[in-house]
Parts: sequence; C-alpha cells; structure tokens
Amino acid sequence: MATTASPVRLRAPRESAQAADRTSRPGVVWGVPAIVFFSVFALLPMLLVLYLSFTSWKGLGFPQFNGLDNWRRLAGDSQTWRSVRLTLVFTLVSWVVQTVLAMLLGVWAAGNQRNRAVLSAVFFLPLILSSTAIAITWSVLLDPNFGLAGWLGPKLGFEGGNVIGTPHGALVMVIVVGSWQFIPFHSLLYQGAARAVPQTLYDAAMIDGANRAQQFFRITLPLLRTTFVTSSVIMIVGTLTSFETILILTKGGPGTATRTLPYQMYAEGFQSYNMGYGSAIALVLVVVATALSLVMVRLSGFSRMRSSFEGL
Amino acid sequence: MTNIPISQGSLARTPSPAPAVQAHRPERPARRSTSRRPNYGAGVAVTVWLVIIGVPLYVLVKYSFQLQSDYLSGSPLAPPAHPTLSNYSYVLQNGFARFTANTLVVTIGTVALVLVLAVPAAYAIVRSPSRLVSTWFRVYLFGLAIPAQATVIPVYLLITNLQLYDSLVAIIVPGAAFGIPISILVLVGSLREIPRETYEAMSIDGAGAAMIFLRLVLPMGRSAIMTVSIFTALGAWNGFIFPLLLTQSESRRVLTLSLYNFQGEFQTNVPGLMAAVVLSALPIFAVYLFGRRWLMAGLAGMGGK
Repeated sequence: MATTASPVRLRAPRESAQAADRTSRPGVVWGVPAIVFFSVFALLPMLLVLYLSFTSWKGLGFPQFNGLDNWRRLAGDSQTWRSVRLTLVFTLVSWVVQTVLAMLLGVWAAGNQRNRAVLSAVFFLPLILSSTAIAITWSVLLDPNFGLAGWLGPKLGFEGGNVIGTPHGALVMVIVVGSWQFIPFHSLLYQGAARAVPQTLYDAAMIDGANRAQQFFRITLPLLRTTFVTSSVIMIVGTLTSFETILILTKGGPGTATRTLPYQMYAEGFQSYNMGYGSAIALVLVVVATALSLVMVRLSGFSRMRSSFEGL
Repeated sequence: MTNIPISQGSLARTPSPAPAVQAHRPERPARRSTSRRPNYGAGVAVTVWLVIIGVPLYVLVKYSFQLQSDYLSGSPLAPPAHPTLSNYSYVLQNGFARFTANTLVVTIGTVALVLVLAVPAAYAIVRSPSRLVSTWFRVYLFGLAIPAQATVIPVYLLITNLQLYDSLVAIIVPGAAFGIPISILVLVGSLREIPRETYEAMSIDGAGAAMIFLRLVLPMGRSAIMTVSIFTALGAWNGFIFPLLLTQSESRRVLTLSLYNFQGEFQTNVPGLMAAVVLSALPIFAVYLFGRRWLMAGLAGMGGK
C-alpha cells in the first residue's frame, strides 16, 4: 500500500482514519464457517456426483469404480433421453404459461383499487401450501371416481373423467398444478416491480393519448425486464427440479409419460439402487439446468443479469 | 380453527388480511389506475382466475369437514351435509403433534444455521479487505446454479457416512447448505447499501469489527435478515426430498412426509387426508393472517428491486 504512487498530499489527512478502518474491518475468519460448511455439504456433493457417475454403488458399502459403464448405458438408454425431452417440454411450457399469467396478475395486483387488494390476498393463498399439500389436494380433485375430474372430465372429452390416466392429460395436469403453485409467488415479484414504475410515465402517456394496451406494452413491460430475468431463472430451475408434484400426482406415469429427469434419477438411484447411474442422470440434469439458465441470460443480456443479481 | 376463511363464500366479507393492506394504503394514494375506464377484460380474467384458485382451496377445506360416507356419495362441490371435526381429531390422534414438532425443529434449526453462517459471511464479503473473501462471493454466485435435487445421491452418501441418517440433523444440514448462496446474495445486497462513511465513522470512534457487526450491521440489515429467515423457513417447512431420502422412522417424520405417507396408507380416507393437509398449512396460514405484509415483503425481497 505504502509504495503506491498516489499523491501523499491527498492521503495524509485520511491516514489515521484509514488505519483505524483497517483494524476494524472484518477478517477472513468471519467468512470461514460459511464457506467451509457450504463446501462440504454443497460443493463437495457436486464433485461427488461426477465421481459417483463413474462408479457402481448400490447404496451400501463403498462405491466401486466402473469406468464409463454408466455413461455407456446412458447413451443407449432411450428412457433417459425421453426424460430429457419431456423435461424440456415440461419446463418450457410451464415457463411460458407461468410467466404470462404471473406478469398479468402481478401488474393487475399492483393497482391500488381496494377490490384488487382483497382479491390478491386470496390469489396469494397457494403460497402458504407446500408442494406436497398442493399435489395431494390436486390428486384428490383429479380422482376419476370421486373427484372433480370424474364430474368435469367427461364434459371435456375425457372418458370416465380419468384425465390423469392419459399420457397427455397427465402431462397437462402436472403443468397446471405446477403453475397453480408457482404463479402466486411470481406475480408477487411482478407486483413489486410494477409498483416501482413511476406514475409520471403513465400520466405522460395518457396525455399523449396512449390506451391501456399501449401503456402496458410500451411502459410497464420494458420496465419489468429485470424482474423477468430473475423470475424466469427461478421458474426454470424450480420446474426442472420439481419432484414431489410428479411423485404424488402421477408417479411418473401413466407408464413413463411424466417421468421427468428428477423422477428418473430417483427411480434409478433410490428405487433400483443404481446410485452410480442415478448420478450420471443427475449430471444430465445439471447440464440441462445450466444450459437453460445460460440461454435465458443470453437472451436477456448478460449485463442485465448481473445487475439483477446485485439488486437481489 | 373452526372455519378457515378461504372458501368462496367468505369473499363477500372482508378477509382478515385486509387491515394490513389498508394500513399500506395511505403510503400509496390511488395513483395506479392507468386509465379512467373500468377494465372489463381484466374483470372477466380475474373472475376466471378466482375460480381456478378458489375451487381447489374450497374443496380442500370442505372435504376436511366432511364425513367419509358423504365424501363417497356426495358431489365434489356440494357443501358438507353433516359438518364434522372428527377428521381433525383423527389426524391429531395419529402422531400429528409429533410431526409438527419435528418440522418446527427442522425449520428453526435450518434458519438458525443459515443466519449464523451467512450474516457474518455477508459482512465479511462487503467489508473485508481480503481478496480471498471476494473470491468466495463468486463461489456462492456459482452455487446458486446448483440444483439441490441433483446432489441427493452424494448427500445421501455423506449423511450415511457421518452416521446422521434418520435424524433431524440430516435434514437441517443440506437444507442450510443449499440455502446459503441465495441468503448471502440478499444480505450482501442489503449491507452494501450502508454508506461506507457510516462504517468508517464507527471505526474512527474505536469500534472493532465485532462491535460494528453488533451495532451497525445487525440493525441496518434487519429487513434483509427477515427476508432470508422467512424464505429459509418456508423452504425448510415445505421441504420434501431431503426428508424422504434421509429419514426413515416415524419418530423422525416431518409434516410433508407424513402427508405423503398418510396418502399411501389411508388412500380411501380422503377427508382425513384433507384435514391433515389443512393442519399442516395452519401455522403458515396464521403467519399469513397476522403478518401478511411481513411475509409478502420477505418473499418479494427474494426477487430483488
């Protein structure tokens, strides 16, 4: 520090202050417990996934190295590749549905009309339920014998009301239930962002004769961009990894119609006890998650991503 | 306890959260109406959405007060013919208190662990002159991208080797580890807003790092700490995959897992199952009723500004 060529004249008055400041700054030790804990229980597992994908492990004893066996199996496993495609479709459709609805609801809920505040209180209620509770409630609703589906299903063209028993119906319902669960949270994010839009912009637009749609598309939407990126990344990662919804609603079925990657990993790792192969599937999941997040970041501009992270 | 006001019928009245909303209003005079005309399109869309959100919640609560026989014979939307609390007493007699206590331990433990680790770490990231610490911040940013679900197999390996399998600690530890990156991000964002001069003024007055942490960082970071606590608590309360894979015995069962087991064991007792679901959400519903603004601010805080 002392050898840097900065003008002494400027530094001198602050010298004592800086010295005091330096002694009162937190040392590395303040951050050590967190980084050690995080390394052991989050980063190490990440590395272990890679290691385990080259081993054979039945869940007991020690993993045995088996080279590329799991990866060879993965390359030829049509079910896992179906799961990858299914996961992509599931995630992208969920993302579009949830983003459009959450944005509209959030902007709507940002209004100060009293009825909006009251209704929003109801709209946010799914937030208090766990995904387990939500999936169980919906599985009761979708019961073809006693649930709402048995009554409504035939009217919508599902024979016997067994919506969840058909491959497409099951996929649609998994998307619907996920959306029902996550839209409230994301509309909350959009509500906050929409409230931060300065009213003067709307006043000016109204003087210029802009209608409601023009105001939404020209003012609100561009200013929601940061929230759009944050919300999309949370949404994509959340949907990609959603597990209990599928376990409870469809068990990956009928057949393997809703067997997404996390479920495929669970089935291989914890039901067939092929933990090594399950780890290879887990890595595929990580690659898909990273790729989708990167696409998201690219599409919306990297610098904006950074600033949205910094604002968190 | 007897009536949870989320059925559609109670919408006509003002639901209890309204006072919090009202208290919120004076800060924001009616300025958000973007046009003077009523928005009929939005009105229709919102009504549809109300049905989509309301019907499952109504059916959930209604079934929980219904007799088993009425469930089997009645229409899915008809109100309970013979309202009963028997489902609730049945659930309470089947270990529900135990599962709630376990969930509370897991939730409090996870929040405490995250706060104890993340708050000092965030302070170090914002104020430490060390390069090393800023490298760690990048590690946490990278950590955000790790989906916890993808690591369940090695976490299972670690937990069994640490002899922690089938304990509540086994749920707390990975939950806290994966909660740390986002918590640090939120905390760092908030601590960076404290002006540098404030830190410097305190150090000129002779305060050490610990004193500054207690007297400046904790009070000024209050709302971020609240956000982190709420988000972590909700995640721990609702967590499913770690309890499913890392615990086994009934004495270690948490609420989400008890719902799942209940569904598997008593598939036909839907009213009992629905009562269990309602009971599992009741504590968070209470927070929603009495601290809605607080809860919402906590959740919205995760999305940034």
